[in-house]
Amino acid sequence: MDAKRAEHTVIIGAGQAGIQVADSLRAEGYPGAVTVLNDESADPYQRPPLSKDYLSTAAEGTALPLRGPDFFESKNITLHSGRAVAVDTDARKVSLDGGTVLDYTHLVFATGAANRPLSCPGATLEGVHALRTLRDAQNLQRALATAQRVVVIGAGFIGLEFAAAAHARGLEVTVLEFASRPMGRALSATASQWFAERHRTDGIDLRLNEGVTSIERDEAGLVVISTTGRRYPADLVLYGVGVLPRTEVPQAAGVATDNGVLVDAALRTSVPGVLAVGDCASFPNVHTGTRTRLESVQNATDQGRHAARSIMGENSSYAQLPWFWSTQGALRLQIAGISEPTDEPVILGDPSSGKFSIALLRNGALAAVESVNSPADHIAARKLVGQNISVDPATLTHPSFSLKALAKTLIPVPS
Amino acid sequence: MPTITFAQSSGATTEITVAEGTSLMRAAVTNSVDGIVGECGGQAMCATCHVYVRPEFTDQLLELSDDEDEMLDCTTAERTDSSRLGCQIKMSPALMNIVVDVPADQV
Repeated sequence: MDAKRAEHTVIIGAGQAGIQVADSLRAEGYPGAVTVLNDESADPYQRPPLSKDYLSTAAEGTALPLRGPDFFESKNITLHSGRAVAVDTDARKVSLDGGTVLDYTHLVFATGAANRPLSCPGATLEGVHALRTLRDAQNLQRALATAQRVVVIGAGFIGLEFAAAAHARGLEVTVLEFASRPMGRALSATASQWFAERHRTDGIDLRLNEGVTSIERDEAGLVVISTTGRRYPADLVLYGVGVLPRTEVPQAAGVATDNGVLVDAALRTSVPGVLAVGDCASFPNVHTGTRTRLESVQNATDQGRHAARSIMGENSSYAQLPWFWSTQGALRLQIAGISEPTDEPVILGDPSSGKFSIALLRNGALAAVESVNSPADHIAARKLVGQNISVDPATLTHPSFSLKALAKTLIPVPS
Repeated sequence: MPTITFAQSSGATTEITVAEGTSLMRAAVTNSVDGIVGECGGQAMCATCHVYVRPEFTDQLLELSDDEDEMLDCTTAERTDSSRLGCQIKMSPALMNIVVDVPADQV
């Protein structure tokens, strides 16, 4: 590498992670040029509201920007429209689809993830939607305005958030999920069963152990045909069947990938000068001891901050506790830590009240906490989980127990 | 239309006029007000839009919900009696010329 090359960090991806890297580089006093590549036509925006507030009737109708319009100029960050098509890691050059070539000293992949496509016949019919981008959300807004019957394929976070929003607008909603419980990849069985019952009580027709074989169109509209042979008429179909990390460009550039861009504890890839953050990065998770790829705002922003410090020369391990949230109608789910199927669930509070938490114990220690309409538990859990705190189930279920009080006794109050 | 004034600890102020119903967080983020992050997009999940509402306006605010109250316990800057989450303050005629102080830290 040319030692005199001007310091320039190029960030591929203008989502929550990419923008955070740029912001944090400036906050850390990075002296070089910073360019963020944005491959969407809209200015960088926040994704979480797209499956929630944005689709409710009370929506303000515009996306929430990640930063204001003055931000980029005032921080001397170049927001460049374009898609990276190739990276030459020896010459340290990024080629864009418009023909532009950028020299870099540091490169950050913040390419995020793409929706896993629906593979059944009829998946690309008009009226079959996915939800990831602002454009997707705008299409759905329009479709919701005239739809009456909605079929949702996949009872993950996106599917259920959308189902709740559509139901709140007065639409008939059926959710088909091939697995035996909703949100099975992210939630304990105890919590996901509670959510299944609650959504059904609220009036959503949630059908488990039922996948989709095909989608057809007849004179009346769409028809979703399930693995049990049932036919569900619909005006609008939304599928949310998982995501795939966007690794084509790093992979073609010779950067090691395996269900994501492989990074070390400082978020560096296998190639010098190249990092990866957010949904696309597979990182060593100090909390589980395994490689993890997380799709969350917390992970995107905290890794964005950490990568900026790595670029500044700090060599520390990324160790932030993962946390997640989902709002499904009036249900507010917050998760601290990552549960495993073998964890022992202990219920705190009364699930029938609609406000409770589930503590998940691993080898007697608090490994994760799932909170429903209980932000205080969640906030306490974010302080407690990851500290290997041993707890006795009998203590947790005692009527006088509170996670908040436990957090206060264990953690010194900052002076 | 209502006006919001954001006062920074440096003494700098930003005045923004917004439509009724707009949240204070949204007004700040869409206008590049330093020190208001709004990381979760306005769902009272992250507590990064913490503000201190000037005492003369606190009576006009809607009461704290339990959710907001609990989330305010995890703000980075110290919580005080005038602490609120900007995403939960929706602008109305009663808050016509609200003034809030922006904490030094949000994350």
